[in-house]
Amino acid sequence: MSKESQNKFAEIPGILGMKGWLFAAAVIIFLHFTLQLGLNAYYFQILMFAGINITLAVSLNLVNGFTGQFSMGHAGFMSVGGYMSSYLTTTYFASNPDMLQNPIISGVIFFFALIAGGVAATLAGYVVGLPSLRLRGDYLAIVTLGFGEIIRVLLLNMNIVGGARGLSGIQPLTNFFWVFIFALLTVFCVWRVVHSAKGRVLLAIREDEIAGTSMGVNTTEGKVWAFSLGAFFAGIAGGLFAHYLTTLNPGTFDFNRSFEIIIMVVLGGMGSISGSIVAAIFLTLLKEVLRPLQQITGYDLRMIIYSLVLIGMMLTRPQGIFGTSEITSLFNYFKKRLKRGAP
Amino acid sequence: MKFNSLFPRLALMSALCSTSVYAADVIKIGEVGSMTGAQATFGISTHQGIELAIKEQNAKGGIKGKKIELVSVDDQGKPEEAATATTKLITQDKVSAVLGEVASSLSLAMAPIAQQNKVPMVTPSSTNPKVTEVGDYIFRVCFIDPFQGTVMAKFAFENLKVKKVAILRDMKSDYSVGLSDFFAESFKKLGGEIVVDQSYSAGEVDFNAQITSIKAKKPEAIFVPGYYTEVGLIAKQARQQGIKVPLLGGDGWDSEKLTEIGGKHLNNGFFSNHYSQDDKSPAVQGFISAYKAQYSKVPDGLAAMGYDAAKVLFAAMEKAKTLANKDVRDELAKTKDFQAVTGKITIDDKRNASKPAVVLEVKDKKFVYKTTVNPI
Amino acid sequence: MAEFLQHIINGLSQGGTYALIALGYTMVFGILQLINFAHGEVYMIGAFVGYYSSKFFGEELSQFWMSLAGKMAEDGQTLIPTFASSLLTAMTIILIAMLVCACIGFLVERFAYRPLRSAPRINLLITAVGVSLLFQYSGQLFFGSDPKAYPDLFSDLDVWTFGSEEESLVINPIQVTVLTSSIILMLILRHVIFHTRLGRAMRAVSFNHDLASLMGIPTNLIVSATFMMGSALAGAAGVMVGLTYPKVEPLMGSMPGLKAFCAAVLGGIGNVTGAVLGSFILGLAEALLSGYAMPTYRDALAFGVLIVILLVKPSGILGVHRTEKV
Repeated sequence: MSKESQNKFAEIPGILGMKGWLFAAAVIIFLHFTLQLGLNAYYFQILMFAGINITLAVSLNLVNGFTGQFSMGHAGFMSVGGYMSSYLTTTYFASNPDMLQNPIISGVIFFFALIAGGVAATLAGYVVGLPSLRLRGDYLAIVTLGFGEIIRVLLLNMNIVGGARGLSGIQPLTNFFWVFIFALLTVFCVWRVVHSAKGRVLLAIREDEIAGTSMGVNTTEGKVWAFSLGAFFAGIAGGLFAHYLTTLNPGTFDFNRSFEIIIMVVLGGMGSISGSIVAAIFLTLLKEVLRPLQQITGYDLRMIIYSLVLIGMMLTRPQGIFGTSEITSLFNYFKKRLKRGAP
Repeated sequence: MKFNSLFPRLALMSALCSTSVYAADVIKIGEVGSMTGAQATFGISTHQGIELAIKEQNAKGGIKGKKIELVSVDDQGKPEEAATATTKLITQDKVSAVLGEVASSLSLAMAPIAQQNKVPMVTPSSTNPKVTEVGDYIFRVCFIDPFQGTVMAKFAFENLKVKKVAILRDMKSDYSVGLSDFFAESFKKLGGEIVVDQSYSAGEVDFNAQITSIKAKKPEAIFVPGYYTEVGLIAKQARQQGIKVPLLGGDGWDSEKLTEIGGKHLNNGFFSNHYSQDDKSPAVQGFISAYKAQYSKVPDGLAAMGYDAAKVLFAAMEKAKTLANKDVRDELAKTKDFQAVTGKITIDDKRNASKPAVVLEVKDKKFVYKTTVNPI
Repeated sequence: MAEFLQHIINGLSQGGTYALIALGYTMVFGILQLINFAHGEVYMIGAFVGYYSSKFFGEELSQFWMSLAGKMAEDGQTLIPTFASSLLTAMTIILIAMLVCACIGFLVERFAYRPLRSAPRINLLITAVGVSLLFQYSGQLFFGSDPKAYPDLFSDLDVWTFGSEEESLVINPIQVTVLTSSIILMLILRHVIFHTRLGRAMRAVSFNHDLASLMGIPTNLIVSATFMMGSALAGAAGVMVGLTYPKVEPLMGSMPGLKAFCAAVLGGIGNVTGAVLGSFILGLAEALLSGYAMPTYRDALAFGVLIVILLVKPSGILGVHRTEKV
């Protein structure tokens, strides 16, 4: 898979050029300044959670969708990153409170704290990835679930981060810029990875691990790699989440949180980045849209609806809304049709 | 910091909300609680207490001639949901005040939002001292962990005259961990000894392993500051293993379910609480009978706390010059000797409720008044 | 010494509860290679069925058995009427719970899992997670999320105490019942699997679905039967646990379910003897860990064991004999 395949990638529809990515970043910066002026705080908050969810869903898609492993421990990685970065910023700003006044310095510190959180989560992801050398499918799923639980129990036992009482008084450093620039970065990285030689390795693992191995693909490395990278972005998202809520508790990152991310990936389509993005936004909104229903009926039916959607989805359209295709292929489809229609 | 630039806008918005409240002839009160999820049983009790308080207040003609409307939102026990819910209540529903949450971890996610928007928030039962430290708009009507831990330590040392105590804490719950830590601290200060510090996590049903190792240390009492959901089972298993020493606990014990699950095994159990149901004062008896009439069950501690949180808020609103958030906040801070179900509440300068604690003894499925401990 | 022995007893009785759940888990896994996440929830439903049936007609049942047992006693039988009637009432309730749970197991398999049998395994797993959450949250809706106190059927029963006041050993007869029933059920299952036509069909289906169906085995029927048996076991476990630890709530199933799964993997998944063995080992390990070493890490133990066993010997302790698989 050398030249020929690489040429093929160049033809894959929808890869934005470098200009496109930079343009997206510019849009985020523009929105960062404009949205603060006019957007209702409630919508703004939903938008922020949607952004964090995009990061989570796209990074999980790398593991669950593209590599075909079933990780149920994404919340665990999130908590590692969240705790790590919050611990760093709280201890730093506790001794240097005047640094908070300077938006640039505090921003830089926040950035490095987030990266540190991501790195810590990567290490955790690496550790979780290792058993996956020997495990497949269901076993791996339950091992990742177990790891999530183990991380939770470890956090409960760590008095340095508050144990059961949690970590509070975290500085509210997360803002629109950070959330969406990291969401963009996640999409960018995952996109590039998936459409690289490494990405082919991941797809080979998903499609047929045994065949892949016999063809000389290093599936082991691929899996550990996917886990580590997925965990890195989950850790970043955890840091953003923590610095937005300003409080952390080990109980926040339980199985249900992992499940929420899984449903985003499944609904959007395992193996579709834009699917994950759309599903992350859709489900974050759906939660809020369904609130009136709860106020009318008096019952919170959201989780019941979620689980029914999940089951229904698996029975009728298991590939998710987007399957493995991207939203850009839709544009290309229309473009082609237009061309064909034209004389 | 970029986030800072958000604040003036939010302040403006909250100013807008308060004006819109004047215009309407209802006062909207927001409630954030866990109606589903693992904490739901606590959230629902609190919700019923709040509902009852509002019903009574409306029967009396509301506040300043306006009816009260409750907007309650479920947070599923998740902090980010609690945060979103609070923002929604404040910016969309434009509530005048927020009530909630039971768990401190969730209140901590709500408090910064209420504080930023300068909307008074009263938490019925978040005992972590940090909650009200968030800002001057955050109040609570319950004890904080240090006080309750001290009350039980004193009671154990002075009234029960025990010197060696074992602790069995719920390691998952910040409430239980907080109480255990402060209990241990003050008990040691008094001259007692903690012989063993065991733990379980909420949701488990078998505590025999922990009990066996506690039994081997031969304590003279066991401090079990969990919620009634587990304490009933713990008591049963402890008694079956032949432990006859007193069991001690906190206000998390206060529920009918405790003795329903634990039965006679809870005899010789003592816990600190906000009030005694034997209290003949009209506030207590009126609440209990009204609650029974409404929900046909005996109110638990959390229902009483929810009721009181709402009552304290309404009293402050009535006294306030206008219903502007600032005025309500100021009146809340001035609350003094308010005769609530859970005792005479005075809000101290840290916006915590200062009120006496009572110690109740469990006797044949009844909670019997034992003694009162005044705030230090 | 007494403390150590007591820990062993505690561990075994805790293991007994895990074993009851693990048996069903391992059966279903054996035949479909599916982690039936909903198994823990079926166990919860079993507990609630027991709760409601003993609440609504427990009195009548116990009176019925009481009168019957009383008659038998007059006839010169040496039955203790109250105890016997309690036992019979409990057994009737367990039977009801087993029936209801078997139906639920059948429905879940028929409508959620069967359509996906040829789909990738991951889809099946996601569906299982979905079913599990559906049961958890609809349980909260229908049963209410507050914990319910289980009716005390054996109210007159005292625990057995051995030794002196100072150093005593305590054994709870209900826990002994749980323990023995898990072993008896294991033996019955072994008999069914290895010595009946149904069992042979089950083994064949487990070995190779398509081939079994070519041999004229009604595979769908066999899978349904296995699911129903597994779910019935979970239902029985629910009632027994409810009787031992008198508290039931809609979320009670998830943790024990996962731990039982760990135990089943430890013993060798798909293997009924292994499931029971793994459960006892896990129960003992948990009791000893929280008794002597680090009680705060108890929750992580099951998963730690799971990871270690999967790394060292993924087939589990008894998993070597492929022929023993269901």
